[in-house]
Amino acid sequence: MSETDTRTTDATDGAAPSRRPGRERGRGDGKFGRYGGQYVPEALMPAIEELTDAYERYVLNNEDGFMDEFRERLADFGGRPTPLQRADRLSERYDTEVYLKREDLLHGGAHKLNNALGQVLLAKYMGKERIIAETGAGQHGTATAMAAAHLDMPCTIYMGERDINRQRPNVFRMKLNGSEVKPVTTGRGTLKEAISETMRDWAATVEDTHYVIGSIVGPHPFPVMVRDFQAVISEEAREQAIEKTGGLPTDVVACAGGGSNTMGAFAEFVDDESVALRAVEAGGSTLEVDEEAGVAPNSASLFAGEEGVLHGARTKLLQDSDGQIMESHSVSSGLDYAGVGPELAYLVDEGRVEPVAVDDDAALEGFHRLSSTEGIIPALETAHAFGYLEEHHDELGERVVVNVSGRGDKDLDAAIEETDQRDLPNAPDMSMFTEGI
Amino acid sequence: MAETGNSDAIAAAFADGPAYVPYLVVGDPDYESSKAYVEALDRGGADVIELGLPFSEPIAEGSTIQEALVRSLDAGMTPERFFEFAEEVDVDAAVVCMTYYNLIYQFGTDPGPRPFVERAAAAGIQGLVVPDLPAEEADPLRAACDEFGLDLVFIVAPTTRGDRLDRIMEHVSGYVYVQARLGTTGARDDVSDQTTASLDRLREYDVPKAVGFGISTGEHAERIVAGGADGIIVGSALVDLVAEGVEDDLSAEVVADRLEALSRELTDGAERGYRSRTETVESA
Repeated sequence: MSETDTRTTDATDGAAPSRRPGRERGRGDGKFGRYGGQYVPEALMPAIEELTDAYERYVLNNEDGFMDEFRERLADFGGRPTPLQRADRLSERYDTEVYLKREDLLHGGAHKLNNALGQVLLAKYMGKERIIAETGAGQHGTATAMAAAHLDMPCTIYMGERDINRQRPNVFRMKLNGSEVKPVTTGRGTLKEAISETMRDWAATVEDTHYVIGSIVGPHPFPVMVRDFQAVISEEAREQAIEKTGGLPTDVVACAGGGSNTMGAFAEFVDDESVALRAVEAGGSTLEVDEEAGVAPNSASLFAGEEGVLHGARTKLLQDSDGQIMESHSVSSGLDYAGVGPELAYLVDEGRVEPVAVDDDAALEGFHRLSSTEGIIPALETAHAFGYLEEHHDELGERVVVNVSGRGDKDLDAAIEETDQRDLPNAPDMSMFTEGI
Repeated sequence: MAETGNSDAIAAAFADGPAYVPYLVVGDPDYESSKAYVEALDRGGADVIELGLPFSEPIAEGSTIQEALVRSLDAGMTPERFFEFAEEVDVDAAVVCMTYYNLIYQFGTDPGPRPFVERAAAAGIQGLVVPDLPAEEADPLRAACDEFGLDLVFIVAPTTRGDRLDRIMEHVSGYVYVQARLGTTGARDDVSDQTTASLDRLREYDVPKAVGFGISTGEHAERIVAGGADGIIVGSALVDLVAEGVEDDLSAEVVADRLEALSRELTDGAERGYRSRTETVESA
C-alpha cells in the first residue's frame, strides 16, 4: 500500500476503518511488539500474502467500495448499529453508571457476525469459491454459515466433537444455513483442535478457499483484519457514550477467550488513555495447572499464560514447561482456548489492558444476575464480564461500558446443568428440568 | 545461497547418488520399539533420518502422522527424552530433527532457540526441519544453527515462487524439502505433476533437492528421482507400518522387518530412477 493511497482514503472515505494511532498497530508488519507474526507452513504463505494484499486494498483503502458494502450489509442483514443501553438495576446495585453494548442483538445473537460477514465478503471480492471455518461454541460457525448463505458461498465448518455435544442447537443452525459440519475427533475435541484441522484443510485447498478465522488469533493479517471488522463495536460505543452521557466511559469491560469481542470493544478506546480496558478471562475451576496431566482447568492465557507460538502467532499461551499446549477449560466453550490474540498479549504487557480472571461459579452468578435483574440472558462467555462486575465493582470508575458479546439461548442446557451442580444464591431451582418434569 | 551446508554428514548423504530420507516419530508407539524401527530404516539404506519430536498441535500433518504423534506423547515423549533417544540410537545415517517452533523456543531455561540447538548438537543431531517456521521468522534459529553446526532445512511448497522462493533459498542449508503437492502429509497413490514444476523452479539453486509428501512405493521413488530429485523423503508410508503394528498387535521385530523391506524397495526404486537419468544423459 502506498502512502498516496493512504492519504486519499483518509481524505475522502468515511467508510474505511479508523486510522487513530492505536488502530495502526500491527497493520504494516503483523507485529505487536514481540507478539504476532506468521508462523505457518510454507504451503499457506502465498495464501496469507494474497490475503494481506486484499486486506490492505479492500479493507484499509476501501477499494471497489468494499467497506461501503460491508457497512451496508452489516446494517441491513446484521441490524447494526446495536444499542448502548443503560442497565438500571446494575447501576443501582454497583452505584455506578453501567451501560450495556448490546451485541447480543446483532443478527445471530453474538458479535461474531461482524467478522464473519466481513471475511466472507472479502473472500468474494478476492474471487474465492469456498469458505471454511472452525468453531468452538458454535457462535463463529453459525455466524459464518449465515454470512455464507447470505452471500451464496459453499461453506464447511470444523467443530470439535466435544463442542458438538455441548452445542447441538448451533450445529443444527449451521446445517439449516446450508453449511457442512465436520466433527474433529483429535485431542479433546475443542476449539484448538478445530483450528488445527481447519488449517490442514486450508493447506490443501488454498487456491480456491478462504479460511474465515473466528478471532483475533492466527497469522498476520488475521489479528488486525478481524480486529478491524470487530472494531465497529467500539466505534459505535464510543460515539453512543459521548452522545448519551456527554463523555467517554471510565471503564470498558469485555470477556476474553481468543479476544475478538474484547478487541472489538477496546480498539477505538486504546488511544483514550483515561478509559480503563478490562479483559475478563475464564478462570475455570481454578488457576492452578496440572502439569502432569497437561491440563489447565481455566482459559486465562493473558492472566496466567506464557509467551509461545501457536496457530501461526507468537502470543501468550497455556503450555507446559516443554512447550506442549495445555487442554484449557471453561464452563463456556467460547472462551475455552489455550491462546489469545497477540494484540491483547501486547496491550497487557504494556499495561494498557488489565487482565482479570473470573471463575466458573462467578460467571454463573453473573449469568443469573443479568437474566433476572435486567431481562437479558447472556451467553456464558459474556456472563464472565458480569461476574467481574460483581466481584470488582469497587475498582471501577463512574461510567462503565460492558460488552454484551452474545445472548445465552445456545447455553440454556449447559446453564441448567451447571446451575444444578452448584449452590448459587441468585439462581432459580432448576432441578425439575434436570430430573425430568 | 547455501552451496555449503553446516553439516558434513548431510552433505555426504547427498554426495553420491540419490538420498533416501525416511521419517519416523520418536517414541511411537514406545521408546524401545521406535529405536528398533529407526535402526531398521538405517539397515534399509537410509542416508538421512528425520526424527519427529511430537508437538501437541501439529498443523502441517495429516491424520497418519498426527496419530503417531499422539501415540508418542501418550507414551511420555518429551524433548529431553528425544535427545536421549538420538544419543542412544545406533545408526550410520545423518540424523535430523523435525518439530514445531514452540518446542524449540521453550526448551531450556532461557526462551529462544539457542538452548534447544545446543542440546541437539550435543546429541549428534545434524539438522532441523521446522514446518511452522517461515524464513521471515527464522533469523534467531538460523544463527543458533550456524553457531552449533546444524543445517536448517526449509520446505518449499508447489505454491512457493518468486521473492518467497529466493528468501527461503537464502536461508536453507543441507537440503531443501520439496513438498510434492499441496495439503498435509500423507501417503498417496499418485505422485503429483506439481513435483516436476517445483523441481524446475529450483533447478538454478545449488542445494540438494529432496522431494516428500505422498511417496509410498519403489515406483514413486523411481519416478521422482528420474524427474530430477536428489533425494526422496518418506514419512506417512513408514508411519503406516508402525500404526499397523499397533492395530494388529505385531511384535517389534515384524514391524522392523517390514520397515527395512519397504526401505529397500524405496532405495532400489530411487537407484533405478537415478540410473535412468544418467543413461538418458549418456545417450543424449
